[in-house]
Formats: sequence, C-alpha cells, structure tokens
Amino acid sequence: MSTMTFGRAINAGLRKALEDDPKVILLGEDIGKLGGVFRVTDGLQKDFGSHRVVDTPLAEAGIMGCAVGLAYRGYRPVVEIQFDGFIYPAFDQIVCQVAKLHYRTQGKVTMPITIRVPFGGGIGSPEHHSESPEAYFTHTSGLRVVAVSNPQDAYSMLRQAIASNDPVLYFEPKRRYHIKGEVTEHPEPGNGLALGSAQVVTRGGDITLVTYGPLVRTALDAATAAADDGVSVEVIDLRSLSPIDFDTVETSVRKTGRLVIAHEASQSGGLGAEIATTITERCFNYLEAPPVRITGFDIPYPPSKLESHHLPDLDRILDGVDRALGRQNSLSAWERDRDDH
Amino acid sequence: MLVDELSLSTGHDDLPDSEGDNFIQLIAPDGRRRENVEFDPWVLDVSDEQLASLYQDMVVIRRIDTEATYLQRQGELALWPPLLGQEAAQIGSGRALREDDFVFPSYRENGVAYCRGVNLGDIVRVWRGNAHSGWDPYELNMATPQVIIGAQSLHATGYAMGIKNDDSDAVALTYFGDGATSQGDVNEAMVFAASFQVPVIFFCQNNQWAISEPVGLQARVHISSRAPGFGIPSIRVDGNDVLAVLAATRMAMHRARTGGGPTFIEAVTYRMGPHTTADDPTRYRDKAEMDQWAAKDPISRLEALLKSRGVLTPELELSVTAKADAVAREMREACINMPAPAPMDVFSHVYSEPNLALDTQKENYARYLQSFAADHVEGTNQ
Repeated sequence: MSTMTFGRAINAGLRKALEDDPKVILLGEDIGKLGGVFRVTDGLQKDFGSHRVVDTPLAEAGIMGCAVGLAYRGYRPVVEIQFDGFIYPAFDQIVCQVAKLHYRTQGKVTMPITIRVPFGGGIGSPEHHSESPEAYFTHTSGLRVVAVSNPQDAYSMLRQAIASNDPVLYFEPKRRYHIKGEVTEHPEPGNGLALGSAQVVTRGGDITLVTYGPLVRTALDAATAAADDGVSVEVIDLRSLSPIDFDTVETSVRKTGRLVIAHEASQSGGLGAEIATTITERCFNYLEAPPVRITGFDIPYPPSKLESHHLPDLDRILDGVDRALGRQNSLSAWERDRDDH
Repeated sequence: MLVDELSLSTGHDDLPDSEGDNFIQLIAPDGRRRENVEFDPWVLDVSDEQLASLYQDMVVIRRIDTEATYLQRQGELALWPPLLGQEAAQIGSGRALREDDFVFPSYRENGVAYCRGVNLGDIVRVWRGNAHSGWDPYELNMATPQVIIGAQSLHATGYAMGIKNDDSDAVALTYFGDGATSQGDVNEAMVFAASFQVPVIFFCQNNQWAISEPVGLQARVHISSRAPGFGIPSIRVDGNDVLAVLAATRMAMHRARTGGGPTFIEAVTYRMGPHTTADDPTRYRDKAEMDQWAAKDPISRLEALLKSRGVLTPELELSVTAKADAVAREMREACINMPAPAPMDVFSHVYSEPNLALDTQKENYARYLQSFAADHVEGTNQ
C-alpha cells in the first residue's frame, strides 16, 4: 500500500495493465510526450513505446472508430477523451458500434474498450470542459458506465474496466485529481470490490445520501456537518452507474426511509430520476418522504464565474437532507404560502 | 475553378466525364481488351480459364441478387439492397483478397461475402430480420453489414493499426459508396491511415447514386482526387471491368503488404437497381441514363471478350447457368427453412458478462410470457 494522488493512481493502473497484457493499447490526444493535459499518462509512452501509447490526430470519432477496429483485431484499447465536452464527435461510434457490436454479432465480436473521460466541473474552465454527460451513456444498452471517487477505486476499477470484455465508460472527476489516498496495487485485475457494486462509505440511520464521482467527497462533508446537527446520514458511493447496484441502495433506504440523490449532471432524465423511481418501486412502503434530487440545473454548463451556483455543494445537499427529513428548508416558507391559498 | 462556378448547381450533369482515359480500363464495354502498360502486369497470370471463373462468379452473384429480390417481393425478406450492376467491382476486388485479409463492408457487399465463402442462407439472415449479423466475422474474416454510412472505414483503419503492430502482412479492406465519402468518419479514417501508414485499402464503389442523391451532390471533383490531399495514393478504375478492378486491387494490396501504407480506389460503376427494395428510382433518374449504363454492363463485356476468344462455349454457358440456379435454389431453401429466433433471444448478447439490471428485466419478461400460458390453461378449464 502506498499514498498517491488520484491522477497517479490512474497512471499506476494504466502502467500495470500495459505491463500485464501486450494487447492493451492507449489512444488519445496529447497522451504521449506531454503525458496528457492532466499528466495522467505521464511517462507511459517513454516506457512502452509510441505504438502502445498512441498520440492520435485530433478526431474523437476517428479515435473511437479505430479503437473498434483494434478490438476486432484482438486488442484491448484504452481511449482517453481529453475533456467530457469533447466526447460528442465520438458519440456515434460509441452508441452505434462500441455498444452494439456484441449484440449485433450474437457475441462473436467483443468490444473490450475502456473509455476514460475526465468529467465534471469546479475547475474554472471555459465552456465544454466541465460537463457531466454520463446519462447519455447509461441510457445506451451494451455499455457499462462507472464513476470513480477516490484513488483506490481509481486504480482498482480501472484495472477491472480494462479486464472487462464489455466496453466501459470510466468517468474520472477531474477536480479531484490532486486528492491523495492510500492505494493497494492489487496484483490481479479482478481484485477489490466488484466493478458493479455500490459502496456504503459512511454508515447512518436517518437518511440515505446517494452520489458518485466528484460529489462523494462533498457528500461526506455534508454527512459530517449533519452529524453536528444530530442527523445520521448514510452515504452511498454508487461507483457503477450502469448497471446500478440497487440492492445496496434498497437495503439502506429500507433502514432509513429517506433518500437524497446528488449529481452534478442536469436533473431531467438524469440518474437521480432513475434511482428515485426504482427505489420508490422497490421500497414504497418503507419511504417516509418522497426522494429528493439535488442536481445541476437543466442549463448548459454555465460560465465559470457562475458554476458555484450550478454545482451542488455542501449547503445545497444539506438543504435537500432537511427537505427529505421534513425539517425547515429553503422551500418551507414558499410551500406554507402555497398551501394557505 | 472559381468559387462561383462551384456554387452554380449541384446537378448530376455538371460532373466531370467519367469515361475513357479518366480511369483504368482493361476491357472496353464492347469486350475489346485494352492494353495498359502500368496495370497489365498485375493480371498477367490471369488465364482464360480464370477469366471464365470470374465470369461465373459475376453471373452467380447477379443470380443471388435476383433471387433475393424475388424473396423480398414474396414476403420472405423484409428488405434487400441489390448489387445489380456492381458485380465486377465486387468480384474483381473480392477475388484479390487473401484468406487472412479482413473486409469491412457496407451493407451491399453480398458479392464479396460470396467470395469469402459465406453460407448462402447467411447472406439473407439479416434481411429476413432473424439477426443483425448473418455470419461469424472471424470465420469469413469479414465484418457483417454496416448500416451506419462510412463507420466501417474507421474500423478497417484501426484493424490495420493492429496488423501493423502485429508485424503481419495482412491487409484490411473497407468498402463504401460515393455517399459515404461525405461522412466525417471516412475522412478521419484517411487522416489516421495516412498518419500511421497502415495497410488499409479504401475501396469506394462510386455507383453514382446515394439513394436519390447524385454523386455531384457529394463531390464536385472526382472522388478519387480527394485521397492524395490526405497523402494517400489513389486509383480511379472502371468499376464495371472486372479485370481492371482486380489489377488495381492487387496493386494496392501489394503496396499495403510491403509497408507502403494505404491506397484509395474509386471504382466507377452504376447501381442499376434501386437503393433497396423499398426504393423507387423512377422518381429521380431517367431511362436514358439507365440505358447508357446498361450498355456498359459488367457481365456482357466479359461475355463478349470470352466469346471472341472462343472460351465461352454453349456448354460453359449452360454450366454457369446451372451453377447460378443451384446457388439460388440453395439460398432460397436456406432462407425459407431458417428457424425464427426464440422470444427470449431478444436479451441475448447485450453484454458478454452478467448484468444484474438486464437480467431482472429478462426474468420479468419470461414471467410475463408465462402468464399467458397460465391464462390459457385457466380458460380451457372453465
């Protein structure tokens, strides 16, 4: 076990995958000499060669389509999309080819492609550098989608994603690249908590708070703050966004009777809607209050001077917790007025 | 050319002439053998018997095509994309391939699939609606029909990157049409192929029409003239001349196998039939044009050449027809007797690994289907 940053943990996972399997090949823009714009692939081209850590032309559809061809040939491509907002040119290849080829060919052709996407806001970037496009992909059958929240998962889940014979969208929260944590570098890719499992990261009895990626840390801070107020919050890191480990969420909600879901992505048609619906279906009789969603607004990602208003933060999550608990919250006065009329 | 000249019209008639010396032609439409110092050496080994074999291939795939159209009209196929008129382009290139080469086709390359040894029923499996793929891509070394226009050109390029990494001398060959050359994927594929100098051949069957849109809407210049701008050598060949197509493809293959990188081939041909059996070409093209191309039919010119050499005897003609009829019969029987997929197959192979969320839907749908059986039993009992 050693202490490393989030970004370094991903680098270690890529290095181990490159060492273990000669069919692993990295494709992306600026991932070679530069080591990627976030330095996540730092040093890998020097050690494994430009035929295995491939700087590509600036064309995301081209990168993804070539990854499909490499997978046909028996390779295990790991693609880096430089920023979340740059993934859309590759959308057609991901949705129509990567996701569907196994089904199309009745299992004859597998697509063991890992698509790494730095995602989410909070770094003061210009447009297209702060998006949370995960729901587009969770809506697409044939893909697995994960979002990592800490250095250990960053390492372990990357190894598992690369080892998976199914395509995996691997979302990494770019504003957390610098955080440090203890990382055990498992020798085998299958080690660690299963790729599809959610994880209860802090136990609590009053309310279930479900989130993933960059907001896990915010949720933990919210749980600490709520504890000072006498509220015991159970935080669940979803980890896998497709499929979702509903069993873990259901177990928690049956205990707490209350559910708050938080994500940076816009609300409508987002993961919060799917989780709220499924949990309501599965534990309607255990719910003390309607599920509450604390999410980004249904707006294009705003300019960086406004992003703090868009991103769910500790206070907005606590406001949602209060709402789910039926306590005084930002909408209480308005709701009283509305009901009086 | 001035910009305002380019913007005048998108009409088909404005296209540069696609005749004569603008492309490689070894067999003229009247069956005359034309000499070509650059390309003749690539087909020196092709004997009269081998020419007759290419002729038989073309007749057979035209017969497959006709039979499949009949099957569609009789309700046995949901749809069929005819290759009528493109036999020389498909056989000439398909017969240039080695077994370990890999083909990434569009949806119209059923003649190429025939060259790769496809089971006849597997040709129509997709078009009957029984499956999204008719065959195992690794058995034929040929991907199954690609419906997204041009997407397969990138797959071929990526596959060729793999070939190069493997130090193999195999080649990836991708087929697409004139319409696909407007797609970003095809252009990106050429960028990647040129940058990485990988062994891929871009084989464009310019059949003049993308459903109802004439090639002039896709390109204001010869399609073959684009590739050199990407740094890819290009060949413009008479796509209705099986020998010229064979020669051009062999030349490109040799370049790819010996480290020379990609080649672009524009095979100038004509889609004599509709885009698919759901299309009505009389709405957008006239008889004069079709007559003009009928005179350049790929099969009749080889027939004329073989007759002039005394190779195509009445006996051979009979045996070729018998072969084509037998193939058509076998395909029809395989089609009609193809077992329908089972209802629960709808869930099969979405993932290669267990997926709990999908498994739940699958189990619940099985319960739903079983509920009808229970109702039926109850009804009988009453």
